[in-house]
Amino acid sequence: MIRIEHINKKFKKLVALNDISANFDKGQVISLIGPNGSGKTTLIKSILGMVRPDTGKIFFNEELINGDPSYRSQIGYMPQIGRYPDNMKVGQIFKMLKNIRNVAPDNIDEELIERFSLKTIFDKPMRTLSGGTRQKVSAALAFLFNPPVLILDEPTAGLDPLSSEILKEKILKEKAKGKLILITSHILSDLDELTTHIMYMQEGKLEFFKEIDLLREETGEIKLGKAIARIMKGEKFNTGWIDKMFEVKGEGKSY
Amino acid sequence: MFKLSKYVLYDIVRNKVILGYTAFLFIVSFSLFNMEDNSSKAILSLLNIVLIVVPLIGMIFTTIHYYNSYEFIELMLSQPMSRRKILLSEYGGVSLSLVSSFLIGVGIPVLLYAPDTVGLSLLLTGISLTFAFTSLAFLTSVKARDKARGIGFALLLWFYFALIYDGMILLILFSFSDYPLEKATLILSALNPIDLGRISIMLKMDVSALMGYTGALYKDFFGSASGIAFTTGIMLLWIVLPLAWALRVFKKKDL
Repeated sequence: MIRIEHINKKFKKLVALNDISANFDKGQVISLIGPNGSGKTTLIKSILGMVRPDTGKIFFNEELINGDPSYRSQIGYMPQIGRYPDNMKVGQIFKMLKNIRNVAPDNIDEELIERFSLKTIFDKPMRTLSGGTRQKVSAALAFLFNPPVLILDEPTAGLDPLSSEILKEKILKEKAKGKLILITSHILSDLDELTTHIMYMQEGKLEFFKEIDLLREETGEIKLGKAIARIMKGEKFNTGWIDKMFEVKGEGKSY
Repeated sequence: MFKLSKYVLYDIVRNKVILGYTAFLFIVSFSLFNMEDNSSKAILSLLNIVLIVVPLIGMIFTTIHYYNSYEFIELMLSQPMSRRKILLSEYGGVSLSLVSSFLIGVGIPVLLYAPDTVGLSLLLTGISLTFAFTSLAFLTSVKARDKARGIGFALLLWFYFALIYDGMILLILFSFSDYPLEKATLILSALNPIDLGRISIMLKMDVSALMGYTGALYKDFFGSASGIAFTTGIMLLWIVLPLAWALRVFKKKDL
């Protein structure tokens, strides 16, 4: 569904993407992981056409992405930081996007609006919302038009456990419908039950892109976090960030 | 095309800065008309305020608004909407809200106290200056990547057009006073939208008689039909060219 061919991107001296090629298909849930600044968001933005790669091509449904925005009607995007016009009301954001997308009413998916009970805050201006609530709005917007491709940038960061569980259930539901879902996250335990493929990036390079079952087999670990940690260690990548994450988690449990 | 503008406009109209700007203009205009018994004297004072304040607020407000809407623009970019449409909608929303502030703040008092050609041309000048400086501000904000630099550059441009430029013209006139400079000053004044606005209003008032030979030449040129066409044309260029340039930059920009 999405094919990436040898894309490169430099921001001045910093190499953000270094010769990335990949092929994403229907029904896959791809977890994009890697340390901060490894190029995950840049890759996502390239797919969305927000960042123009220096060289290389991206195809969406076999069509080259080059400025024509119509392919984006098939993508639901949840940004890392959702900021909306201060004085706009929550309900208006939804109305506005429906207005822009102009889709048939029976193709609108308001499940997340209901489950996050966003209807009760439809009259509130965006500036009064907390970060987590804004995140809920972003999530509901991404799923609103029932798109065949979902791109979620750190979807569970900032959500409370209950909401994050609701979101995960929703992702699983959409996965069952055979959609292509791209997720970036640092919370590997969240990805465990969702993902089918792991794409690991470091310093703009694609280190590996594997099915999760294969990864589990190769490493003999069930938990995604441990499997990845093992692979990283075996291949002597910089694994400090994963170790750190487990350290923090371990401490939390012992209290 | 301008579905988005409607929502941007709605958001800005509720903005406290815009409300304050409207109130400021309204109070200043009303008090000037009430203080001076001669309405053309009041218009002259009002003109000087409009020529300073309108460009300043236009530039600063637009720049800050652009940087505050950065994430929102990103979200719009993930929708099936072209970059051109997004930037033009933003431009439409911002400039129309500034123009309506101006029309309420200055327009109502002028129509009440001085509904003549001078008053009307003051309003027209204010409106075109708003459009022109909003364009310029869009250009600087699209070009500069971070907020501080963008606002700094906008302020610098305002300084240039409102203060430095006149000083430079005076310097040129002074140092080349032995030469016939009438035509040259005519061209020089077209290179600054604020000067262009000032001249076109001054000539509608009888003060041009005080400006000597140059004033007579100005009156001869700017007072004629071709002169009015020239002023309007140059003003339009000041609105369209920076906006077109901003669009070009925005289309190629990485967000």
